[in-house]
Amino acid sequence: MSARANTNSDGRWLGLYVLAYLVFLYLPVLLIPLFSFNNSIQAAFPLQGFTLDWYRTLYGNPALSGALANSLVIGLIAALGATLCGITVSYMDLYGRSPLASAISAIARLPILIPGVIVGISLLILVNLIGLGPSRISIVLGHILVALPTTVVVMRSRFAAIPKTIREAALDLGASDWTTFRRVMLPLSAPAVLSAFMLSFLISFDEFIVVFFLAGTEPTLPLYIWSQLRFPRSLPTVMALGTVILTASFIIAGTAEILRHRGLGAARRNPA
Amino acid sequence: MSSTIVAARSLPENRISPVFRFAMLLPGGLVTFFLILFALGLVVFLAFRGNDGSLLGVGLTAENFLTVATDPLYWTVTLRSLVIAGLVTLATVVTAYPVAYYLAFHAGRRRNLLLFLVTLPFWTSYLLRVFAWKIVLAYNGVLNSTFIESGLWKEPTLAFLNTPAAVVVTLAHAYAPFAILPIYVALDTIPKSLLEAASDLGARPFTSFRRVVLPNSMPGVLAAALVVFVPTVGDYVTPAMVGGPASTMIGTLIQSQFGKANDWPFGAALSVCVMLVILCVVLVARGADRRFGSRT
Repeated sequence: MSARANTNSDGRWLGLYVLAYLVFLYLPVLLIPLFSFNNSIQAAFPLQGFTLDWYRTLYGNPALSGALANSLVIGLIAALGATLCGITVSYMDLYGRSPLASAISAIARLPILIPGVIVGISLLILVNLIGLGPSRISIVLGHILVALPTTVVVMRSRFAAIPKTIREAALDLGASDWTTFRRVMLPLSAPAVLSAFMLSFLISFDEFIVVFFLAGTEPTLPLYIWSQLRFPRSLPTVMALGTVILTASFIIAGTAEILRHRGLGAARRNPA
Repeated sequence: MSSTIVAARSLPENRISPVFRFAMLLPGGLVTFFLILFALGLVVFLAFRGNDGSLLGVGLTAENFLTVATDPLYWTVTLRSLVIAGLVTLATVVTAYPVAYYLAFHAGRRRNLLLFLVTLPFWTSYLLRVFAWKIVLAYNGVLNSTFIESGLWKEPTLAFLNTPAAVVVTLAHAYAPFAILPIYVALDTIPKSLLEAASDLGARPFTSFRRVVLPNSMPGVLAAALVVFVPTVGDYVTPAMVGGPASTMIGTLIQSQFGKANDWPFGAALSVCVMLVILCVVLVARGADRRFGSRT
């Protein structure tokens, strides 16, 4: 009885701690939207008054819209590539029964253990060697690499949650490997595929450390922001832009998380 | 038992067609072998070359490594990077542990919502999270103006921005979400029967935490420490944004070798040193993991 009461009061204190932790996690980030509506060039208290002027400066800025278009195109292509690799690598890791497939899966998760700066310079050397040079294609390659561990982990846990009997039944009934993969396994993991795609898009869209080395003359959005940070006068514009990006990131990441959980939940509800 | 044998016999073990296997291994194989292994091999190769301004350098030399080993500047910067990354890792893991503990044992119905909230910042722009701290710590920034507004201080202070402490706080905040998930997963997979057994055998809550929960969660703690340590030890953005010249880190040096300093072979040698340091840390973590009897 007393032990139970003890755990409950522990839980309450811990709950308060978690609340404080969440405030620490979100407060600095939420300052960006707060000051983006502030009618002053300084990000400081007291607030000077409400304005939408900084958001107006975002319109009709060709450098900004160019960077945005770059980021969108690169993000979509890199997400496509990373998701394709994530699906095939994790599928073969689980069902390929070959040392090569397991090795590829292990190496695909290796970038977690390499600092971004080294990923960036190694790819910079590589793309110069093969003649691509810093360019949008190079950025796509870099972002496929950065997003790969995420897509492999997401897809692997999804494929692993599908009861083995389903795949075996399909094969026993005479479906080819390709048919089993395309008509059975892929549809069953559709939410995870979408989730992996959205998360890798986000990773590419927000990525700065690697893209810094691989960008040619056409910057992405994070590089554009970086270039603007040198000018104190453009700080409020950066905050308005940051608010838009944060909002979009929250929406995309939220949708991806919901999809991922829904996929896993459905797999647990229908165990073969 | 018999059904397992039947299933095993009918398992389509060797039925994977070579064409399917090849097509499925191709994209991942290209990316892993070409973009990861070959590219890292290039870095190691370049590290042993001399700088003549060409792409792959010239000759075969260990001079780059000798410079790193003999010039005290690189020792200072490497040591500073290790101390900063170590402090960040310690701070992140220690502050994340209670959150993961709450999620695993006390969150109840709020668990999914809380998990979502702690992972959400993970998916937002790293650059913007660092930028937020620049606004907070700046001379005429949030912290200074708050203190002056509240009458605690009369003059804004320069003491926040451009210090190694600012780098530690900013990095700890930026990588905080990385640490919670591995610890939570480790705590969540501890069988509840273990805890019941401990309390049935008369262990008090703190004893059962110290003797049962903590050792069993160590694999998660070590994984969390690694995923925080690796990106922070090579970081160059945060030192540039909030660190000032006194907090130059090894990532900053590597970045400048491939930029302004334009000595790629030397930058490659620095990168190899960083990878060796990380390898040592991984091996130490592995050893510690084995000591705690990893369940994975």
